[in-house]
Amino acid sequence: MATKQLVQIKINGRNREAMVEPRMLLVHFIRSLTGLTGTHIGCDTSHCGACTVVLDGKTVKSCTMFAVQADGGELLTVESLIKEGANHPLQDGFKQEHGLQCGYCTPGMLMSSYVLLEKNPTPSEEEIRWGISGNLCRCTGYQNIVKAVQFAAAKLAEGEKHELSHIG
Amino acid sequence: MIPAAFEYFRPKTIPEAIGFLQQYGDDAKILSGGQSLIPMMKFRLARPAYLIDINRISGLSYIREEGGYLKIGGLTREAELENSPLIHAKYPILADTSRVIADPQLRNLATLAGNLAHGDPANDHPATMLALRAEIVAMGPGGERVLPVDLFFVTLFTTQLEHDEIVTEIRIPIPPERSGGAYFKLERKVGDFATAAAAAQLTIDGRGACQSVGIGLTNVGATPIRAARAEEFLRGKALDEANITQAAQLASEEAQPSSDLRGPEEYKRALVKELTRRALTRAYERAGK
Repeated sequence: MATKQLVQIKINGRNREAMVEPRMLLVHFIRSLTGLTGTHIGCDTSHCGACTVVLDGKTVKSCTMFAVQADGGELLTVESLIKEGANHPLQDGFKQEHGLQCGYCTPGMLMSSYVLLEKNPTPSEEEIRWGISGNLCRCTGYQNIVKAVQFAAAKLAEGEKHELSHIG
Repeated sequence: MIPAAFEYFRPKTIPEAIGFLQQYGDDAKILSGGQSLIPMMKFRLARPAYLIDINRISGLSYIREEGGYLKIGGLTREAELENSPLIHAKYPILADTSRVIADPQLRNLATLAGNLAHGDPANDHPATMLALRAEIVAMGPGGERVLPVDLFFVTLFTTQLEHDEIVTEIRIPIPPERSGGAYFKLERKVGDFATAAAAAQLTIDGRGACQSVGIGLTNVGATPIRAARAEEFLRGKALDEANITQAAQLASEEAQPSSDLRGPEEYKRALVKELTRRALTRAYERAGK
């Protein structure tokens, strides 16, 4: 019944396009059509945030958006964080501070944290917890996620620059 | 789940969008932030055959004071309200409200207009708009209608909006000097709907007594509730602890909560009293500044 539409999205710096039904969720476009499976689907209710990506500079839950809505936009997924094999300070932080166990929420946590630190390079603990309040974790109890973000904030403050890579 | 199939349109102007609504009638829905609609579509509780995406229509995203009103455009996102210096400085009740809606990701897309138009008594802005005596501007095939908020919410998920109307602006009368407002919400966890919430906006006179007051309640009825008896009690009275407490008591009696997973009726009623007391107290503090 539904007419397929051309959707063009720049994902991690690379132009992607496909003819899709309007009802295709953005998260399915990302995972199935471009093979970037770092973005996860953790619930059916738009609560968990494991699907969080950065669209035109803002975090969105990609499961609560249709791919057609992102047409013409620029998207960053978790795959964009690593640069030529070098971890983003956030990735080092999650590793160093044991900010993940099963890893399911982690891509969403990373993208929310990434935007948080862009807007606020020196967040307090409360600001970090507020910044990730759209991301649920069932494993860690959050305290090591907070430490991971603090680790990254400190590293970035030391002047460690990290450009996101154009891959995927 | 996967939503049911639909046709998708992306109009460039409001008249074009209204044209689609007229053409497809009840089978069409406006897609704005989509943060209430899309979850319903994923459960197939909503199955519009036609989705009219208005997100690319320009000129609908603004926060400005003009002609005695604070005017907020129909596509203004919650995040913009949350981060607006004007809102923080002069309308902290709106910042209080926006920041407790859902979570950061949702607030990047969700709109104030949608929060009202959806007609869900669990949404936060309706109570605040009642307290502020706001007006909702709706654009339809016949032109513009300005709808006072007091009559806007009809029943569960039903507002005065006609099917072929779009909310283009919300207007809030700029409060006089010596005014203040606040919104207090209790939720089980961050991002939840309110177990109950209260909005209070007041103006104090030369003697420090209550000149005017608006009180709105969230998620304790089929529509957001204006605590009119509490307002009437407080008008002209000193804003001391005893009067604020009595007004809060009256507000709790005007609430119509239902027992559910968020709590029993008596608990919610008691919560309304305490939240109204806190909202009035904070509003008074802010009015004094």
